[in-house]
Amino acid sequence: MEFSCSSVGHSKDLDNKTLFKIAQNARSLVIKMVYKAKSGHPGGSLSIIDILTDLYFNEMKVDPMNPNLPTRDRLIMSKGHASPALYSLLALRGFFPQELLMDFRQINSKLEGHVHRGVPGVESSTGSLGQGLGIGVGSALSAKIKKEDYKTYVILGDGEIQEGSVWESMMAASKYKLNNLVAILDKNGVQLDGFTKDIMPMGNILEKVKAFGWDAMEFNGHNFNEIRGAIKFAKGSMDKPVFLIANTVKGKGVSYMENNPKYHGSPPASDEEYEMALNEIGARIYE
Amino acid sequence: MNRESLREEYGRKLIELGRRDRDLVVLDADLSSSTKTQGFGREFPERFFNMGISEQSMVTTAAGMALNGLKPFVSTFAIFLTRTYEQIRQSVCYNNINVKFIVTHAGITVGEDGATHQMVEDVGLMSGLPNMKVIVPADSIETASVMEYLIEKTKTPYYVRLTREKFPVLNDSDYAFREARNTVLRDGNDLAIFANGSMLGFAMEAAEKLKESAIDAAVINVSSIKPLDRQNVLTYAKKTGHVVTAEEHSIYNGLGSRICEVTAEDYPVPVVRIGMKDTFGKSGKSWELFDYFHMGVNDIVSAGVKAFREEKKYETIS
Repeated sequence: MEFSCSSVGHSKDLDNKTLFKIAQNARSLVIKMVYKAKSGHPGGSLSIIDILTDLYFNEMKVDPMNPNLPTRDRLIMSKGHASPALYSLLALRGFFPQELLMDFRQINSKLEGHVHRGVPGVESSTGSLGQGLGIGVGSALSAKIKKEDYKTYVILGDGEIQEGSVWESMMAASKYKLNNLVAILDKNGVQLDGFTKDIMPMGNILEKVKAFGWDAMEFNGHNFNEIRGAIKFAKGSMDKPVFLIANTVKGKGVSYMENNPKYHGSPPASDEEYEMALNEIGARIYE
Repeated sequence: MNRESLREEYGRKLIELGRRDRDLVVLDADLSSSTKTQGFGREFPERFFNMGISEQSMVTTAAGMALNGLKPFVSTFAIFLTRTYEQIRQSVCYNNINVKFIVTHAGITVGEDGATHQMVEDVGLMSGLPNMKVIVPADSIETASVMEYLIEKTKTPYYVRLTREKFPVLNDSDYAFREARNTVLRDGNDLAIFANGSMLGFAMEAAEKLKESAIDAAVINVSSIKPLDRQNVLTYAKKTGHVVTAEEHSIYNGLGSRICEVTAEDYPVPVVRIGMKDTFGKSGKSWELFDYFHMGVNDIVSAGVKAFREEKKYETIS
């Protein structure tokens, strides 16, 4: 099934149905990218896509024609393995042609396996976990120093926050009262080797981040009303960085990938799986 | 001989550059009174960030600042920066952005603090990173000149290695650092001693003593380890036919290794390396440690004699 969503020049206040269509379109692109590349990370891409869709199409000040505009909002994809999700959204938003997505992970492509700064719209290369929040702290501090009012969003994985370096940056953001910094945790509960609760349980994350001096709330990362509510909450912060805990489903939208650690880092295993994934994603648009 | 502290010169120069360049920011990890970034912090509190004992966060924060047009100078002890090797690799070097790492207390001259604090592997580690350039200044004049160079001419990652102790002032007051450009401090025809940092002063003393063995030694400052002045190395390898290297660092992956790469590839001559020989340091007075690890003036003299006498071995091979 083919469905397309042409890039939207400047968009605000898209309705939920439109956002959902864009997100599903991005999901199908993710599946196509990893299947063509015969590698990549679909699970954590599908879990973060609804949030990215709202950010790029509804919330963030970005201009695809001027990706380096100083006033733009910044997004650091700290969980850099979710590159298919970010690349798809950037392409749909018009930063580069969609056709390039199909060269993902190929020798002559700029679309590196993990998020790469050479791609228009990408702020920083990422891929080794635990570094993006610090980069976000630096970005938010830069805005304070230069008296610019852009926001910095950092997308973290819940396996990622097992890295101690994340908590170093949590302290720093709190110390410098970075109310222009928003961390969004894609809490899908799955990491490469299994479920986070088994590999290294993080306990009560909400209480932990509050104890580190952040404002925080939880929300459903697949519900556009709740996503918007969470971003609004973050934008209202007076003197604290904001940590948004998105309860999500790993592999969201493809039944056999949902909550399955196997699809953290593996593409559909067969043509049948591939077709099934695209059909499920496409069918839901018209539910 | 007049001795001056490199890190104090660093601190002074930072303030001067900070007055000139409003994009200059400084990050430290609870060692600003030792690295001497404290003075910058007093004068420019809004551009000074004490990140606490959190080096990983310090490096990635600096990366975030550089990505947004600021010019971060990052300081801590050499030993503690290496724990963030991967942050430096991914967030700074792979992004190829304008972060300057100015570390102090490198090498064995940390002295009494002992092996845990004596970083002698850092030049190798940092030189191995694509996009990273590595500089080891020898004295206060060179330190100031390197700082000037970094802020005025460069926009990519650099690692500058400073030490705790005061070192003799060897460069002329009008000295200007140039990348990939060695400085010949003393010319000679029989032997080339390539040295940097603290070892440069020892090399000068050794060259004087080598006269007693009728060896006319040149002394060359290799402050720019990466990129290296290959041409100068080859010129002196050809001119003298014998080489000694001297560094306050492991002989693996540092100055000695770099010189050997050049001579082995393009003009093989006998090379004897002075430095830490695959070992950790130990507590002691800094200047005692040089003798303990066979890195003192007399050791350089012996190395010079050895390199000079090895000529025949090579002749028989050819």
